[in-house]
Amino acid sequence: MREKFHQAKWDEPVIFELHTPGERGVLVPEVEQEIQETVGDGISQIPEQMRRKNKPALPEVSQMRVLKHFLRISQHTLGADFNIDIGQGTCTMKYSPKINESFVRSPKAAEIHPCQDEDTVQGALEVIYKLDTFLQEISGMDKFTFQPGGGAAAILVMVSIIQKYHELRGDGQERDEIITTIFSHPSDAAAAAVKGYKVITLYPDESGLPDIEALKKAVSKKTAGLLITNPEDTGIFNYKIQEFTRIVHEAGGLCGYDQANANGLLGITRAKEADFDMCFFNLHKSFSSPHGCGGPATGALGVRENFIDYMPIPLVDFDGKKYSLNHNLPHSIGKVRSFYGVFPAVLRAYSWIMSLGAEGLREVAEVAVLNNNYVMKKIQQIKGAAISYPKSPCRIEQVRYTWEKLTEDTGVSTEDVTNRMVDFGFHLWSSHHPWVVPQPFTIEPTESYSKAELDEYLAGLEKTVDEAYEDPGKAKNAPYQSVSHKIDHHPLDDPEKWAVTWRAYLKKQKKGG
Amino acid sequence: MKKDGKRVYPYIPNSVPKIKEQMLKEIGAKSIEELYADIPENLRYKSKMNLPPPLTSENALKRHIDEIFAKNKTCEENISFLGGGCYRHQVPAICDEINQRSEFLTAYAGEPYEDHGRFQSLFEYESLMGELLDMDVVNVPTYDWSQAASTAIRMAERITGRKEILVSAIISPERLMVIKNYCHPVLKIRMVKHCPETGRLDLDDLKSKFSKDTAGIYFENPSYLGFIEAQGQTIADIAHKKGALSIVGVDPTSLGILTPPSQYGADIVCGDIQGLGIHMFYGGGMGGFIATHDEEKFVMEYPSRLFGITTTTVEGEYGFGDVAYERTSFAEREEGKEFVGTHSALWGITAGVYLALMGPEGMKELGTAILQKSQYAMKQLSTINRVKVPRFDSSHFKEFVVDFNETGFKIKDINKALLDKGIFGGRDLSEEFPEFGYCALYCVTEVITKKDIDTLVESLEEILRNPL
Repeated sequence: MREKFHQAKWDEPVIFELHTPGERGVLVPEVEQEIQETVGDGISQIPEQMRRKNKPALPEVSQMRVLKHFLRISQHTLGADFNIDIGQGTCTMKYSPKINESFVRSPKAAEIHPCQDEDTVQGALEVIYKLDTFLQEISGMDKFTFQPGGGAAAILVMVSIIQKYHELRGDGQERDEIITTIFSHPSDAAAAAVKGYKVITLYPDESGLPDIEALKKAVSKKTAGLLITNPEDTGIFNYKIQEFTRIVHEAGGLCGYDQANANGLLGITRAKEADFDMCFFNLHKSFSSPHGCGGPATGALGVRENFIDYMPIPLVDFDGKKYSLNHNLPHSIGKVRSFYGVFPAVLRAYSWIMSLGAEGLREVAEVAVLNNNYVMKKIQQIKGAAISYPKSPCRIEQVRYTWEKLTEDTGVSTEDVTNRMVDFGFHLWSSHHPWVVPQPFTIEPTESYSKAELDEYLAGLEKTVDEAYEDPGKAKNAPYQSVSHKIDHHPLDDPEKWAVTWRAYLKKQKKGG
Repeated sequence: MKKDGKRVYPYIPNSVPKIKEQMLKEIGAKSIEELYADIPENLRYKSKMNLPPPLTSENALKRHIDEIFAKNKTCEENISFLGGGCYRHQVPAICDEINQRSEFLTAYAGEPYEDHGRFQSLFEYESLMGELLDMDVVNVPTYDWSQAASTAIRMAERITGRKEILVSAIISPERLMVIKNYCHPVLKIRMVKHCPETGRLDLDDLKSKFSKDTAGIYFENPSYLGFIEAQGQTIADIAHKKGALSIVGVDPTSLGILTPPSQYGADIVCGDIQGLGIHMFYGGGMGGFIATHDEEKFVMEYPSRLFGITTTTVEGEYGFGDVAYERTSFAEREEGKEFVGTHSALWGITAGVYLALMGPEGMKELGTAILQKSQYAMKQLSTINRVKVPRFDSSHFKEFVVDFNETGFKIKDINKALLDKGIFGGRDLSEEFPEFGYCALYCVTEVITKKDIDTLVESLEEILRNPL
């Protein structure tokens, strides 16, 4: 454990404070003299009212100072390459191999335009097509698209397909309900609402699994479909999942599997065997594409054969000789993103699978589960911590825990523990809202961290808890050794004070005197 | 490969058999299989996944990828006039340097303390975009322009409580598809005609289509076909008079020299940041922005994260955090505004670096260079017999339509012939806008040289001289 840890702290100003009139960070390619002589200044051809009168008040900063600024604030960020990033449960913070980054940087990936002639992008299309076939093996689905730019966008596609399917059958209006569960991702509910659906949320029974009796009551002629995660945020595998899909299918609904995180299941169990109509994987979770502070990312969406016609266009096909884009899908929902998705994420996932093979993927899943069970065993020995739903002791790749006892005993909450863990170089996340499990936290160790690292993280939790029992104030006023100290949340929720830009901040500062 | 035939996995430290044994012992399990006890037999996948044999060394993997890459021809190796929403601009080396940093590349969702830099860099991105757009609120980027436009429209729906949206007939057809899916079945979309000669919005048609149900009008400036819409203020006035909003999509690379939409009455502005220091990545470099004025009724309708600046317990120290987090789906699930998740944050950080490097002079020079070079290209192309350019009688930025109808040549054939000469011709519009006939959308940015343009013109002259 790193008790003497201190995060980088440069006390770096905001970029606007570095403004020195006249400085330049980078120059623009020059316009040839002949061009200037032929067309003049360019702007004269623009209607008067469309000529910008005041230059944008961007800062003027020389190149090395800009570099230094962003390098410094990058050091104020604790990526998975730095910390033992197991505290962000549900997000699969695994290692993103550096060799794959070198591929993404190649001009052969970076400098290709989406509208190029297909003959000139056969390599890119091959990567997309082959990753599609790999994910078919992993899921049992029949075709994948990488167009959705994240998990929530993939959910939106699932909802859109469900909607289109019912509309074409003539009962689209009547079937206006989507069923999900409280431990499925918030986007399963939210994306359904975007498409006009009423959302029915199932809550867990005592075992922590979504209540199957509640599902039976929820289904009706109004049911359009089910969107469900498994394992849910609790880490408990829903062994009744096939019954869930049967009940929904019998009511005339479709079933979409949210496998954003499938890290414990690769090669173990698939969407197909559980009778799902469609599923998606986040390439930035189980398939190693880095999270990039929150994207760009990919929700890889797969469907069974009878839903291929509904997918967003285009798909990538292969006739044995040539890869091509297929825009001809009669029931297509249209598009959810421009072009074909985030190619860098597709390329990384492809390379990652190519480096591991079938046995390697299974090893990923097994070790992720081993690590999770190891950490669970140890956390249960920490005073004040417990697993949620102890009636279900078997957990797959993650566990939702609770600090309820710790909070009762000491007043120290999840948020306080989170803030104190920062002082030892760790990140701990609370959990998705609402907090059905009181004072929750969710740990997902993945396959990427050694036993020694897991032990180090556990020591951090133990240390924080020991302190809490001795001196609750320690955690309550944390952090002390991070980039900044405890922030004042109040102005962020006050329209008179919040500032989403520097210019708004300056205006409000001025107004406030 | 180890002696016993068991592979060692560099990415999986605890694949070492001894460690596994030790961990299982601590857990009190005999095998890993035991940990999967909850997954019933009938759901188990019994076969082995049919995947290619692994390429276990970095060298083998690199050779494999290089073989695939050899099949790609890039815009660096050729002269490209492709645009249509994804653009080749100069990417300053520092943009790549910063977005490849492990810290930013591998961070995700930390707290405002250990991820202070993630919050600050995205706050700075919002702030720099705010100056460019002359608006006080900008979101942490969404997926792309298409999503930004879709969300801007849904925001207008919620702000006005109205269920109909007017959309200019000349926007990217791909974007329109995204908008249609995103709005269906909640909003009705009505298309507004454009003037066939100038491309501008037909104001009579616009007025006739406004009703008490209209939430707003969405148009783009410069348009998908490159011409500039000079009637922005009139359009906004018409909308405002009807209690509706003006929503404008804009190319941020134009804003060093063109009037930002906020200055001609726009209430919500959106667009794509890919042109701001991000490579094309086969369309993977997109990132959408949404901007509004700093009014509560607008701010509370954003689905996106909005990072704001605040104070800490230490005097003079900057802290950062989420503004009005309770509006999001993270806080409120289906009761939140649309949804938020993983979008395009790293491209936001990159665009911030780009704007910090460019400054006001850089953005002005960029816009000027694009204007001059594209005007030169239009002028030179128009000297070719029977080629009409630009098709629309308006001023243009970066892109313009080249009309080949009188030559009798299909764009497909012209572009094949250009490709043989190492030129990626403009995007074929015959499928997107069949009513135009044989037309192509050409794009000229600051990276295109006079020589590139002259080569294009010479090549076209040669191609059009000989029947195919």
